Amino acid sequence: MVSSILFQMLGGLSSSMFLWLIAAGLTLAFGVCGVLNLAHGSLYMLGAYFSFTFYQSLGMNFWLAIVSAIIGVGIVAFLLERFLLRHLYPEPLPFQLILTFAFILILNNAVQLGWGTMLLVPAMPSYFVGTVPVLGRPFPIYNLFIIGVGFAVFAIVWLVLGKTWWGKQVTASASDREMAGALGINIPTIFTTAFIFAAALAAFGGALTTPVRVCLPGTGEGVIVQAFVVTVIGGLGNLKGALIGAIIVGVVSAIFTLVAPFFELFAMYAIMAVVLLIRPQGIFGGAA
Amino acid sequence: MSKLKNSLDFTLKRKRVPFALLIAFIIFLFILPQFGGDYALYLVMRILMFCLLALSVNLLLGYTGLLSFGQAAFYAIGAYACALILMGMESPSLFAGLFGALAIVAVASLILGFFCLRHTDIYFAMITLCFGMMIYALAEKWISVTGGDDGLMGIPRAPLAIPHLFSLNMAPLGNYYYFVLILSLIAIFVFYRIIHSPLGLSFQGIRDSESRVSFTGISVKNTRLLCYVIAGLYAGLAGALFAPMEQTLTPGVSHWGTSTEPIIAVLIGGMSFAGPLVGSVIFFLVKDIILRYTIYWMLPLGIIVVILVMTLRGGVMGTLERGLLPWMRSRFSGRED
Repeated sequence: MVSSILFQMLGGLSSSMFLWLIAAGLTLAFGVCGVLNLAHGSLYMLGAYFSFTFYQSLGMNFWLAIVSAIIGVGIVAFLLERFLLRHLYPEPLPFQLILTFAFILILNNAVQLGWGTMLLVPAMPSYFVGTVPVLGRPFPIYNLFIIGVGFAVFAIVWLVLGKTWWGKQVTASASDREMAGALGINIPTIFTTAFIFAAALAAFGGALTTPVRVCLPGTGEGVIVQAFVVTVIGGLGNLKGALIGAIIVGVVSAIFTLVAPFFELFAMYAIMAVVLLIRPQGIFGGAA
Repeated sequence: MSKLKNSLDFTLKRKRVPFALLIAFIIFLFILPQFGGDYALYLVMRILMFCLLALSVNLLLGYTGLLSFGQAAFYAIGAYACALILMGMESPSLFAGLFGALAIVAVASLILGFFCLRHTDIYFAMITLCFGMMIYALAEKWISVTGGDDGLMGIPRAPLAIPHLFSLNMAPLGNYYYFVLILSLIAIFVFYRIIHSPLGLSFQGIRDSESRVSFTGISVKNTRLLCYVIAGLYAGLAGALFAPMEQTLTPGVSHWGTSTEPIIAVLIGGMSFAGPLVGSVIFFLVKDIILRYTIYWMLPLGIIVVILVMTLRGGVMGTLERGLLPWMRSRFSGRED
């Protein structure tokens, strides 16, 4: 029993890495631009569709397909931010949120028009097919790979934000927009690039799911709710919180799948409720 | 208190609604069954329910400053509760369904409100959305009660009855129309009374300055919770009216699209008393027209919403009031307002 729960937790860890990639972009875009992007999940969905097309339909190399998908989503994110979202930064919250909700509507239908309403099942590159024994049970190689990628992305994002010149500019504009602007940082450009970076993280997550999950219009909406739960648990605007929150949600959901399948869907809401009671600002959130 | 006083003056000015027009419109709604077909009645009922939802959103957003993305939860709870009560009773009565549903919604909104109101800013929007989707998951997975994806079918449009006293047949759509119309008008009137009552003013006070309101001895926390429950009841009423009209119910009603559409209507109309009502009519008709032409309704609707949000930021009523009405007044009465 113990080993089967441990094994299940490992499986949960791999699905929490997808959650982390989405929540990271969501929380980053909010931290820098101050905009909660409801359509962030749709960018994730778009990443999956792009990578499906590049890999499956155009026969590209798997890695090249992922990179192309990220670039494709980056272009979409640039257009959305530069021409629409940017003008609403000074406006009240409801307008920003409804604008990003409109993006969801548009992207959902655009995907249906472009790829059809049927679910698409892409193939997995041959070198990922197979399992390795973990705790005496077969564990898919790809899931192990995903866990590694998740932690690697955390390290990279942390390095990029903390050590590069661009990252320091982003952090500065996030903490004090006016002061950073007065010091000669081009705030609009930083906002645009940070938004694209956040979208790229979502697209990367979406592209990585293609070998194990199906592409379906509307997946973005379910995913964004999970990402919200993760950011509420971890603290909005906090990358470490997003990682820990994603791991908690993924692992606990996986355990519930094993012991009480009916309550699996409610597990994450229950965790959120507990966090709200004990620590409303989130595990890593600042003082409320 | 100056802000409170300002908003009081503001609301008093609002009373200069062209009353004759309003009454003519209500009379029109009452005689509609004489010449309108079933579809017209159905459309008016849907719009009325949508108006109730928009009022629910606006009580939180426009009057108390809370953006809820989860009002669909109470809409769905009201609808499912009403449906289950009507289906479970031996001789169902609409009264029982309605009041039972509202009681359940009140309890549910009290519980959810307790958690959601741990935050009031952007977190509140996120948390209400999440808990709203929890209700969606419940409607989808609790198959033994909600019927899962298939939903509930054969919900009776029960008579409006008190045993041994009287019974009004509600089965024909025309009869049910009057029930919905009268209840909605009462609800809208009550809403008007609420926002002009001391309670309504304390809502607006909280929106404008939380600390000042708490200095007057009002409990900000409890007042917010009360506002959340009242808003939940409006959404629940809309749901409870919806279920017997459709006679079928699927989990789709609790999806967060249902929560978002009234927000769009409120933004279109503007966050005043009449704004959400006007916005609801506009939004619903636009969506209905789009749905008639294409199954890809999200794309045109999304584009329209983008254009509206980018251009019409004060809402239709706000634009009218700021731009058109002062212009008309100065033009026709020769005095500045």
